[in-house]
Amino acid sequence: MSAKKVTVRMKVNGKDYVREVEPRYLMADFLRHELQLTGTHIGCEHGVCGACTVLINGKTGRSCLQFAAALDGAEITTVEGIAGDGPLHPVQEAFHDAHALQCGYCTPGFLMTTIEFLKTNPEPDRDEIQQALTNNMCRCTGYVNIIDAVEDAAKRLREGAREA
Amino acid sequence: MKPAAFDYHRPDSIEEACALLAEHGADSRILSGGQSLVPLMNMRILSPAVLIDINRCRDLAYLREEGGVIACGALTRQGEAETSDLVAARLPLMAAAMPHVGVRANRNFGTVCGSLAHADPLAELPSVASALDATFVIASSRGRREVGADEFFVSALTNCLEPDEMLAEVRLPAIPEGARCAFLEIANRAHGFAVAGIAACVEFGPDGRCSRARLSAMGAGDTTARLGSVEALIEGQRLDDALIRAAGAEAAAAADPAGDVHADSAYRAEVIGSLVRKVLRQMQGAVVER
Ligand SMILES: Cc1cc2nc3c(=O)[nH]c(=O)nc-3n(C[C@H](O)[C@H](O)[C@H](O)COP(=O)(O)OP(=O)(O)OC[C@H]3O[C@@H](n4cnc5c(N)ncnc54)[C@H](O)[C@@H]3O)c2cc1C
Ligand code: FES
Ligand code: FES
Repeated sequence: MSAKKVTVRMKVNGKDYVREVEPRYLMADFLRHELQLTGTHIGCEHGVCGACTVLINGKTGRSCLQFAAALDGAEITTVEGIAGDGPLHPVQEAFHDAHALQCGYCTPGFLMTTIEFLKTNPEPDRDEIQQALTNNMCRCTGYVNIIDAVEDAAKRLREGAREA
Repeated sequence: MKPAAFDYHRPDSIEEACALLAEHGADSRILSGGQSLVPLMNMRILSPAVLIDINRCRDLAYLREEGGVIACGALTRQGEAETSDLVAARLPLMAAAMPHVGVRANRNFGTVCGSLAHADPLAELPSVASALDATFVIASSRGRREVGADEFFVSALTNCLEPDEMLAEVRLPAIPEGARCAFLEIANRAHGFAVAGIAACVEFGPDGRCSRARLSAMGAGDTTARLGSVEALIEGQRLDDALIRAAGAEAAAAADPAGDVHADSAYRAEVIGSLVRKVLRQMQGAVVER
């Protein structure tokens, strides 16, 4: 069975796109194959690993659990969009400085999750950070450096806000 | 894996959604938050021919109080309920359970009603709805009907909806002033599937005795269910240590849990007994435990 295609209009990282897609096309595949935004990674395709996390209308969502067709009209931010062509985002800088990645496969999902988390909790303790990241899997780092990075990112964002 | 092909419909109103359900019946599925349905489709455990996406039915996104009852529409996200002042004030048991429902990325999209419709015996919100004597408002193009939790939850992943019906709203009576609530669960991994959990709401009379007890267990059987024999044991009594021990023993004896890779049946029963003791002990003090 091949289903009728659906038109989707989406703003991704500030740029408008219009595409015709099969309804079953997952948002993660849409980003990677239609828009060539391969920063969003796919691990499990059932919502548990967090690698595919993007911001959908400002909120984190698993792009492997969304159909692109259903996101017609949405605004999406992927890892490519958090700093644009400018210098690294403070959360990216913190991950870089704390060696919070090895292979980097999980990193885009961790960055997106951290960006949302620090907006609602700008001064988290380590337990809260661990809680917030429980459903992002990393097979390389052992998580300690990631938690250090989020702590440091929170500090950088607070200081940045003070300067701004 | 990728989901099998399906026809996609995006109604703007519940009437349109019901008309589509009437047309496609058992070949179709409602898509709300997609946090349970899409994984099952990705794994091709489910391959519905037609998806009816209710995310455009904006009229279904509400939380409001109507005469002591909190009405929650089919499109109310779990994250909205989690941060709602109304839920915090009137349904503290739901507020206590909500952080256990997946992680924020799931709750940003997953709906309260979608979790109820999914009817997983290890899910938090069905046990909250069952403990609070929720009413399930069911809609179809034939009209509306209302059922209670014991009728709505049929068995694991099975609700009482006919193929042309959808859950339009869940109605949760506000928790009375002075009642004590507690929600506890044990899981092998935070935000993974729970081994077992207890949602409890207990009211006390002026004499300090327990006037009404409502306890519901996740993982005690193939559906969320009230612990009737434990409630009967507690009501009319003082919550002293002997009673709490007896209640825990009764809960463990009455449970008929499934065994799976996370926990075998005997261990689950023991956990249920221990969680019942813990929630009741929390209620001995004056604090409302979150
Ligand atoms: C990584 C991960 C972790 C999770 N952890 C937990 C957890 O700890 N606890 C927990 O309880 N859940 C958990 N979930 C499931 C999640 O909470 C889902 O949000 C919830 O079970 C379903 O809600 P939904 O709105 O996403 O429904 P959907 O996935 O859209 O639908 C689920 C099912 O219900 C049907 N349905 C949906 N809405 C209606 C309606 N209004 N009327 C009739 N039928 C309807 C659908 O057809 C489908 O069969 C987890 C999910 C993931 C991916
Ligand atoms: S690929 Fe989406 S959560 Fe793992
Ligand atoms: S850095 Fe390799 S998976 Fe996290």
